[in-house]
Amino acid sequence: MYRSLFPRDMFAEMDRLQREMQQAFDLSPTIRGFGRDGFPALNVGGTPQTVEVYAFAPGIDPSTLEVNLDRGLLTIAGERKGNLPEADTKAAIHINERFEGQFRRMLTLPDDADPEGVEAKYRDGVLHITVQRQASAQPRRITVQ
Amino acid sequence: MTTNPSTAYTGTKEIAEQQKPRYSDAALTPPVDVIEDSGGITLYADLPGVSRDKLGLQVAADTLTIDAESDLSIPQGLQSSHTEVGLARFHRVFTLSKELDTGKISAELANGVLQLRIPKAEHAQPRRINVQAG
Repeated sequence: MYRSLFPRDMFAEMDRLQREMQQAFDLSPTIRGFGRDGFPALNVGGTPQTVEVYAFAPGIDPSTLEVNLDRGLLTIAGERKGNLPEADTKAAIHINERFEGQFRRMLTLPDDADPEGVEAKYRDGVLHITVQRQASAQPRRITVQ
Repeated sequence: MTTNPSTAYTGTKEIAEQQKPRYSDAALTPPVDVIEDSGGITLYADLPGVSRDKLGLQVAADTLTIDAESDLSIPQGLQSSHTEVGLARFHRVFTLSKELDTGKISAELANGVLQLRIPKAEHAQPRRINVQAG
């Protein structure tokens, strides 16, 4: 969103645009794609001990969220109820951009994900799932005698 | 609950300056739902990862500005492999029409959803006009 035709730092903006385009092409979505309308958005990363998944799903009752891990496939499913008024009241809907309805997103976790070591926390609308990597799979240094 | 716009906004700005992000203007546009009824306007905005202290609401004469920062409690040494939400800032501006009473805005933030209620000024509420027989 540019507020003027000429951004303060033209080269920085160009650089940022290039990085963003690169990211968009590098994304290589899995065969399971982005789900319906891409809700919730997912960020996935890892540390040497864990796999971290962030699902951006504001306005959900955490007790209705379904998080399942089955043979390396992580499923996040649930439903978001809309706040929109009934059709017959005198209210007018001017903007309706937020997702409403049932959603399900799935992603495959790497082979060393431990299905017994999954923790899920929901805070401020972000579901944060931490999956431990199997201890036997972690790199170990071998001492040479 | 009414957010104090000036202090909330200053707090957000200070945080942004401390971290000195390279592209400090870059922000996501949060999706919103805007519903108008006879009493005013209700706005819902998706701000995942945003808690009350990182939300800034500013009302000028005829604009409403939403600024927010998300905080994801990212562990040390996290390497990203798949990023669909690449920024931790939200920003959106709305132009408010004259009949809205900006002094009476109320705001609530729960589970990452911002709910704003902007009532219409007293004189702007719909009033039925009686037609007298001549």
